Amino acid sequence: MANKTPAVGAAQFKLLEKLCNAVGVSGGESEVRKIVLDEIKSSVDEVKVDALGNVLATQKGRGAKRLRVMLDAHMDEVGFMLVADDSEGLYRFKIIGGIDPRNLVGKQVVVGKENRPGVIGAKPIHHTTPDERKKVLAEDSLRVDLGPESKIKVGERGTFAPNFQRFGPSLMSKSLDNRLGVATLIELLKVSYPNIDLCAAFTVQEEIGLRGAKVAAQYFKPDLAIVIDATPANDLPMQYEAENVFYNTKLGLGPAIYVSNSSTFDDPRLIRFIQNAAQNAKIPHQIRQPGGGGTDAGGIQRVGVGVPVVSVSVPHRYTHSAMSLSRIEDWKNTLVLLHTALRQVTPSLLKR
Amino acid sequence: MKPLIEKLTSTFSPSGYEDAIRDVIRKEIKEFADEIRVDALGNLIARKGKGGTRVMVAAHMDEIGLMATHVDEKGFVRFTGIGGVYPRNLPGGRVRFVNGRRGVIGLDGGVFSNDLPPLDKMFIDVGASSKSDCPIKTGDVAAFERPFLDLGDRLVAKSMDDRIGCAVAIESLRALKSTSNEVYFVFTTQEEVGTRGAQTSAYGVDPDLGFSIDVTSWGDTPGQRDFDVALGKGPAIKIRDGGMLSDPRIVEWMIGAAEKNKIPYQREVLLGGTTDARAMQLVRGGIPVGCVSIPCRYVHSPSEMVDYNDVQNAVELITTLLRAPVKLSLAGK
Repeated sequence: MANKTPAVGAAQFKLLEKLCNAVGVSGGESEVRKIVLDEIKSSVDEVKVDALGNVLATQKGRGAKRLRVMLDAHMDEVGFMLVADDSEGLYRFKIIGGIDPRNLVGKQVVVGKENRPGVIGAKPIHHTTPDERKKVLAEDSLRVDLGPESKIKVGERGTFAPNFQRFGPSLMSKSLDNRLGVATLIELLKVSYPNIDLCAAFTVQEEIGLRGAKVAAQYFKPDLAIVIDATPANDLPMQYEAENVFYNTKLGLGPAIYVSNSSTFDDPRLIRFIQNAAQNAKIPHQIRQPGGGGTDAGGIQRVGVGVPVVSVSVPHRYTHSAMSLSRIEDWKNTLVLLHTALRQVTPSLLKR
Repeated sequence: MKPLIEKLTSTFSPSGYEDAIRDVIRKEIKEFADEIRVDALGNLIARKGKGGTRVMVAAHMDEIGLMATHVDEKGFVRFTGIGGVYPRNLPGGRVRFVNGRRGVIGLDGGVFSNDLPPLDKMFIDVGASSKSDCPIKTGDVAAFERPFLDLGDRLVAKSMDDRIGCAVAIESLRALKSTSNEVYFVFTTQEEVGTRGAQTSAYGVDPDLGFSIDVTSWGDTPGQRDFDVALGKGPAIKIRDGGMLSDPRIVEWMIGAAEKNKIPYQREVLLGGTTDARAMQLVRGGIPVGCVSIPCRYVHSPSEMVDYNDVQNAVELITTLLRAPVKLSLAGK
């Protein structure tokens, strides 16, 4: 393993495409897990899959005094589960994780272990009244249409159909949240950090309550944790030239460093540390606006005697929908920032 | 004890940013504790005594506050709340950022209206005229600024919740010359955002039993109903709140000590809200817990009021509880 700076090139785009096009709805992450295990096996000292399905890998350092640094990226994505068979290939479903029902209508989906294609449809404009068109179609009134020969069973999971694309400065796909994070963590593992014991957790079930991360943190008992995720950019301009003051993050401004959300107050020492690393190396970065939402950091922070945490996310628009969009530069800068920061971790980082 | 209360309530340390208050408290207790440490989440843990029943006493150091979400082109700071911040307590109020900068809270559209806007229609004016000359950045935190007021028996300040609990814990530690128990006074972090520090510190301390010292609501001003707790009638011994049922043995222990020593007390049955005791109760294999409450009017406003006699009686009750060997009766379990 050479001590090189990780880059984003053809190989990384190919890996990201593979990860994004894999299906891994919370609780059914095996397709993503297989890719992760295959990608990291040659660059870690130990790896195991735990009882919940987390991939837990360790890369030991060599220095005398080294911190155990947990890096976390969740593998799962939002989707749905079939809950009733209405016959003729039509199924009722329940959303897994957070999806706005307005994002479901007219979308191509894949369902079951073999990713069978289907569609979530609605009455066309020809047959609706103006009043009907004002109403949001709720989850309960929608059906997944898989066709009469689907042989899919109630209890199977599905999500938006794979659709990864790269165009100009942008990446577009379903599940950029959080395959961008997974790809980032895989790339970091391909570099070595002798100053720390790197504890990599590719976690399950984040979208339904940070569940895998809690177990992963109990296994690693780390000195600190950095969570790599993807966060919404709500950065479209306002109407009438008013200033958009609730953008969460903006595309193109670099990795988003968290200070607080509904699940965590990030550790001020770690916030400063990441910020300083970015400033000193002139890596673009932004502070994610404090507010709602959560990352695995909330699951990790309060395990055992407690773990100082911070989250760093790649901004992307239209998250938890069929197609979200991010900038290649932001992903690249996220990878470089984390790499730069990891090389600078010393025990004095946690001094009060 | 009033100077201590003033000092603690004049310190600015919202949840997650407890460095300043931790330094103040550490100085106050360092000559009285047998051992002091700080854990991963910033909880300050002071041990007194060795070898007996392990008792955890928790008072939270953090306070509610505000966090900047955006500085606009004209230098106005948009913000969100830290902990239970109510819009009606904000307009016209003053705040102080952890970096020392002060500001005043304004409303979109001015003040000549009776409508109360939500937090996202308010801003902090720190005297800047543009984004570039504004000393505040997204993520900076602030707390309310309001001077300490001594009205004789009644004391008013911001952050009585829960610096008054910290003051009681500090005084109890000082008064506890010796103890047959192994007592851990824990000054916890991040209570206002979900009793987070108590969870990890209780895991680390691994006590046999414990209680929190926190403020509770009040029932003795116009319009308050169905809550039998008043200022000046003694510390309140909690029987339940919105997140926790006190262990009946702890309640019995506390009431027994109060009656035997003729310390005034009130029985507290609180429907909403909770304290660090909730988090303590649920760690590891479960811990018997209770809570000694200081009745406090106008909780989560910048002017929280307590009664000085209740405070002193709380110190007496707690030192009485901790001095003799603690043994919970298993009868009834």
